[in-house]
Amino acid sequence: MIRIEHLKKRYEDTTVLNIAEMDIPKGQVFGLVGNNGAGKTTLFSLLLDLIQATEGTVAIDQVDVSTSEDWKTNTAAFLDDSFLIGYLTPEEYFYFIGELRNVSKQEVDELLAGYADFFNDEILKKNKYIRDLSKGNQKKVGVVATFIGAPELLILDEPFANLDPTTQIRLKELLTEKGKDPNTTILISSHDIQHVTEVCERIAVLEKGEIVKDLQTTAKTLKELEAFFTK
Amino acid sequence: MFLRLLQLQWKSYRRSAAFTSGVITSVFYLFGMLYFIGMFTLLGYGSFYLLDEEMGVDPLHFVNQYMIYGTSFWVVWRYFIQKMPVLNIQTLLTLPIKENAIVHYALGRTIFSFFNVSNAFFFIPFSVVLVNNGYPLSQVMSWHLAIVAIVFYTNYLNILINDRNDVFYGVALILVLFAVFQRYEIFDITTYTGPVFDSFYNDPIYALIPWLMLLLLYRSTFTHFKRRMYLDAGLQVVKKDAQQIRLGWLNRFGRTAIFVKNDIKLILRNKRSKMTIWISLMFLFYGLLFFTDSSGGLYDNPVWKIFAGIFVSGGFLFTFGQYVPSWDSAYYPLMMSQNIVYREYLNAKWSMITIATVFSTLLATFYLLFGWDVYAAILTGAIYNIGINGYLVLLSGAYIKTPIDLTSTKKPFGDKQAFNAKTLLLTLPKLFLPMILYFVGSLFGGEWVGYMTVALTGILGYFLKNKVFDLIETLYKTEKYKTLKAYKQNT
Repeated sequence: MIRIEHLKKRYEDTTVLNIAEMDIPKGQVFGLVGNNGAGKTTLFSLLLDLIQATEGTVAIDQVDVSTSEDWKTNTAAFLDDSFLIGYLTPEEYFYFIGELRNVSKQEVDELLAGYADFFNDEILKKNKYIRDLSKGNQKKVGVVATFIGAPELLILDEPFANLDPTTQIRLKELLTEKGKDPNTTILISSHDIQHVTEVCERIAVLEKGEIVKDLQTTAKTLKELEAFFTK
Repeated sequence: MFLRLLQLQWKSYRRSAAFTSGVITSVFYLFGMLYFIGMFTLLGYGSFYLLDEEMGVDPLHFVNQYMIYGTSFWVVWRYFIQKMPVLNIQTLLTLPIKENAIVHYALGRTIFSFFNVSNAFFFIPFSVVLVNNGYPLSQVMSWHLAIVAIVFYTNYLNILINDRNDVFYGVALILVLFAVFQRYEIFDITTYTGPVFDSFYNDPIYALIPWLMLLLLYRSTFTHFKRRMYLDAGLQVVKKDAQQIRLGWLNRFGRTAIFVKNDIKLILRNKRSKMTIWISLMFLFYGLLFFTDSSGGLYDNPVWKIFAGIFVSGGFLFTFGQYVPSWDSAYYPLMMSQNIVYREYLNAKWSMITIATVFSTLLATFYLLFGWDVYAAILTGAIYNIGINGYLVLLSGAYIKTPIDLTSTKKPFGDKQAFNAKTLLLTLPKLFLPMILYFVGSLFGGEWVGYMTVALTGILGYFLKNKVFDLIETLYKTEKYKTLKAYKQNT
């Protein structure tokens, strides 16, 4: 699904990301952990062609993201609130995304009905603009919007941050459910190693821009990660 | 403390995208500043001789007589354009800084705004010329200082009344009435206000009055600001219920409609963008200045009519189009990673501009009252706007990388120091090119050939749409990363 080759991002003299090679196969739920400034958001931004790589390439479905826009049809991402349109109501925002992805209003409504629990009655039919919602509720909107049109690749940056405990648990269930679909590849970054180990089948640790660990999740993974980060 | 805050301001200025956005725009910006300074200086210097020799009136007395209108116009102009001194106050509130210092600073720094400084470029040369022509220095000084106080007075008045639309429109209405009364010689307010301004010159003691008034006004502006320095008072963002807009009927226009629907919501739901509608309306009536004799025949030639024609139908083009894609700056990463083809996005913006231009042209049919040739100029302007200027605004948009904070109540044009003059400057080729075209055309066969030249250029442009869009698209793509980076900066 994703192939990274000799990917480097440098700002003047500092290399913020340096990945020699990495493959993320279709259907995998991939977790990315690391401390602040490790390069998680940089990597995601490169995947989405929001910043320009200094060297190397990222390909989604064998297409280099910086030369073709084809990847946009089957990729959905929520990195931060710059993926939300503040002056729309959540419904309008979902329909807008739906239109972009050729999903009809009815289909969007059906999809949203399935997330009633997750929304906890705080999002829909509130007659409020997204900009007036709390950070947590904004995140709910952003995350659910990525599900519209069943994209094959989901990229979520810190999806658990700002969420209340109930919603965190529901989101974990939700992502685990999504992850079972062999056609959906999910990339998640988080500061919370526990969440990641619960949801992801593979976890990579980024440190100072380099992948220092790449693990298949097992029962021992959490311990291993804890040991790594306490050093 | 004051110095520290000033340093903060200086840093935010130096590090803004507008300042670091490349040579071309910087040059435009510089050029624009020089242009304005030059114009004001020339006006200040030249108006003495114009009034003295051409019109045979006492220049100082004449200026004083009409000062009331000048001042009022300045207030209105400021109201629409000058930004408010809301620096990042929230961050400062909990820091160990005296509240008074924050407010004094926020108010004090407005002294250096373009609106105050530009006055100096007019009044200083004017005063110098007065002295050179035998007006006594001390009296001119006293008059000049009084005027300085009045300029600052309008500055703080604007800050005080800025969130009071009702007050503002009331005052504006009264002024228009006085102007109309004067025009039809029913009542002449200047016979009462002229002597007031004269007195600043005649007796320096009177010049103290405006300074006292300024002091009082500053005090009340200060308390007004200070009282509202709470997160749930003056610094609060008002939350409103969502407003329902039914736009389903637009769906028949396919994918373009997706963006158009969004843009309509954008315009109607954000204060900042709503202004584009009002300014477009103002532009619509701008032609009255040209086509009636209120300009004293100054613009009574066809080249200037084309200029007016461009303006009348181009209000939306200049106020909305000019800021594409900055309107979407808050969620540009979404637009760049969603299933969006650049061409569709640009085409939607272009369609908005075109529809608004056509609509304005229809509304402008009342200009037919002034004659066929007047409407012909407007029609020609509209064709040119659609065929050429529509592309030009999109082109310049690729380089204007100043994010727009939609939720802010700051004024259009003025929310970034450099934004104002720069965008105005990028407007110049859009205005002067058709004037040149007209001039060249008219050399070959008079007025109508001139109009035809401009209109045909527009029509030609219209048919080259695909080619031009290729160019614009490539440009937006190459600028993409820089734009994304610039928009990441907070406004």
